[in-house]
Amino acid sequence: MIDMEETKKPGKTETTSKTGSKILLDTLLANEVTVCWGYPGGAILPFYDEVYHSRIEHILVRHEQGAAFAAEGYARATGKLGVAVSTSGPGATNLLTGIADAKMDSIPVLFITGQVATKDIGTDAFQEADTYGMSIPITKYNALVKNVDEVARTTKEAITVAMAGRQGPVLIDMPKDVQAASSSNVHYHYDDLRIPDIHYKKAGLSGDVKKLIDVINKSKRPLFYIGGGVISSETSALLLKLAEKAKIPVTSTLMGLGAFPGEHDLFLGMLGMHGTAYANKAVMECDLIVALGARFDDRVALNVSEFASQAIRAQVDIDNAEIGKRVDVDVHIAGDLTDVLELLFAGLEEVKESLWADHIKELKIKNPLKFNLVKDQIKPQYFIHKLSERTSGNALIVTDVGQHQMWASQYYAINKPRNWLTSGGLGSMGFGLPAAIGAKYGRPDDDVILITGDGSIQMNIQELATAKMYNIPVKILLFHNGFLGMVRQWQELFYGERFSHSTLQNFNPDFCKIADAYGIISRKISHPDEIDGGIDFLLNTKDVCLLEVMIPETEKVYPMIAAGHRYEDMIEFETTSEVGDLFSVVPHKHRVKQVSK
Amino acid sequence: MKHILSVLVNNSSGVLSHVASLFTRRGYNIESLCVAETHQNERSIITLVVDEDDKMVSQIERQLYKLVDVIKIEDLTDHPSIERELVLATIQLERSKREEILSLVDVFQARIVDMSGMAIMIELIAEPRKIRSFIKIIAEYGIIKIARSGSIALPCFSADE
Ligand SMILES: Cc1ncc(C[n+]2csc(CCOP(=O)(O)OP(=O)(O)O)c2C)c(N)n1
Repeated sequence: MIDMEETKKPGKTETTSKTGSKILLDTLLANEVTVCWGYPGGAILPFYDEVYHSRIEHILVRHEQGAAFAAEGYARATGKLGVAVSTSGPGATNLLTGIADAKMDSIPVLFITGQVATKDIGTDAFQEADTYGMSIPITKYNALVKNVDEVARTTKEAITVAMAGRQGPVLIDMPKDVQAASSSNVHYHYDDLRIPDIHYKKAGLSGDVKKLIDVINKSKRPLFYIGGGVISSETSALLLKLAEKAKIPVTSTLMGLGAFPGEHDLFLGMLGMHGTAYANKAVMECDLIVALGARFDDRVALNVSEFASQAIRAQVDIDNAEIGKRVDVDVHIAGDLTDVLELLFAGLEEVKESLWADHIKELKIKNPLKFNLVKDQIKPQYFIHKLSERTSGNALIVTDVGQHQMWASQYYAINKPRNWLTSGGLGSMGFGLPAAIGAKYGRPDDDVILITGDGSIQMNIQELATAKMYNIPVKILLFHNGFLGMVRQWQELFYGERFSHSTLQNFNPDFCKIADAYGIISRKISHPDEIDGGIDFLLNTKDVCLLEVMIPETEKVYPMIAAGHRYEDMIEFETTSEVGDLFSVVPHKHRVKQVSK
Repeated sequence: MKHILSVLVNNSSGVLSHVASLFTRRGYNIESLCVAETHQNERSIITLVVDEDDKMVSQIERQLYKLVDVIKIEDLTDHPSIERELVLATIQLERSKREEILSLVDVFQARIVDMSGMAIMIELIAEPRKIRSFIKIIAEYGIIKIARSGSIALPCFSADE
């Protein structure tokens, strides 16, 4: 079982021949891939035959979409390349949602798809689909490998592109005959990549660093608006040093959460559509906003012309095409955040006393997150707030898509990068469970908690089997409101309470019975008195477990700025609209350690 | 405003799909697209004519550069350059209009490339503006069939290259 091929020196040409599949697997091993997520089928069988002998671990999912999301979850949680495998046709089309998801959130995943034999391509052969064509708009790089001699180089190119610059998904479509064919021309000399080196060599900075330093030093009310770029560039520590030195408050997109400590005095939480009131007010009050690895998307810059229009707008992004794509910026730099933040650190004046930073603290106290506590009801916001406290913001949180996702983003103060995994750009329901499995596999020592809804969990619920089979102990927190809650919220607010096809009530399965059927431990709670016990159950169970929490269907996510609107139009929670006791909380501030009784 | 982009690409089988897909996906307006190999057989030139403002064109260029097969993009709009398009048109040949048509061909420096009793095929290589006015005029005689190549263009040589 000793397989030394992958340790061969670069430039060395193999004399013995190998199959295309073996070359592919060896190239993965040589690039430190240790796990792939997949599902077999006719057109990928030669590959699976080599997997049988390989040191790469393969995890059998229960749906190819699960493989895609699990590979993404693994990549998001570890920073390493994720790998997902499927057969041709239906296998490949089942991957597509995950590929698009990885593209939107810039996550490095290699997708390997089987394809019908080269001689059959174009004949509408059994399980033939144009995977190459379909994946063009949702990959950074894709290739249909028609010649076994091209497998090594193509694989290396794909991996290189996935990991370089602004990361993203890549796809290799492998016809069955190419997987099985032998080649003796197996070399590990990769300097002959055929793609231009701008796609992988680190580029210098373009733009005006001096000007950026200058506008920040002159600014009285600067604000950093950070995105996923800070996480993928691994610059959180640098950013923290910089923000503390110059006393610059930080707000984050959904994708950037965790890149700055959630409980830091300078942190404002998320901005935008469901951002905190204090973050959104800071955006309205600042005189300079600096986007770091963020793209002024329509959930943040809801109204293009009005977004922070009183301020100087600056942008730093590794992807040149993001500069000024939606919102015009006054100062911009295209380049690696590490380089830019280092230069900023050297160039920014140290600030000791800052009225603006003091004002930010006050903004938080005056504009907390709010909801009503109602007797006999569990409020999801309160539950998440408690969970955040109990875990000190240090669990690895994975979410699905909907209200629960927004509540989690608001009330759970994520403290570390890569501890917050969510489908941001594509907003794919069904992301959560497989992504949590991928994350837990990659980070076995961390508590991985999936926060999901009764709609989302049913989109990939079959992956409970995967978690159980491989004993990947994810903790599932399921908020059951009997509705597609986020859809219901929009229908209540914008469609005259016509709840068209947004209810699941009465026809939801008994989720605990489902868990039980998979051999998974579960518990269901519905009364506030059970919250602590429920959290204990989640945190103390060592196996895969599910906690179902019954919550009211009428609960809404606030604050909210409607699509396309200005920040001034932010709708805040009104306590008169409901009975109960107002509960207000600022998750994003330095917490005084509570003495446990 | 009209921009002519001359895009040097790797001659891979998927490159055209990638470029076309980018334009559909991002909703850029494309007026014409022309592809052919260069003297280096692994390279092709794609000439794109797009009708977008400067800001959008700069966005298009940056998006194009993200495609791995794109090597170099030149915006010829602001450079002295020569732009040409080819049109082939078959028009009705009425005996009474014969002289008129022949003098038209002459005026436009077009060529007659095929002729039968009832119809005449004309070839014209010119700037798109001239092609457009030519088409407008011959339309009055009844166009039976027409084919246009779309623009190709080349910057004029300058000593500092
Ligand atoms: C695949 C997919 N289909 C549809 C949607 C639209 N959508 C967004 S949120 C949502 C409701 C989610 O319901 P649930 O998972 O129960 O979460 P809740 O909002 O109730 O917390 C829907 C249908 C989506 N985001 N993804």
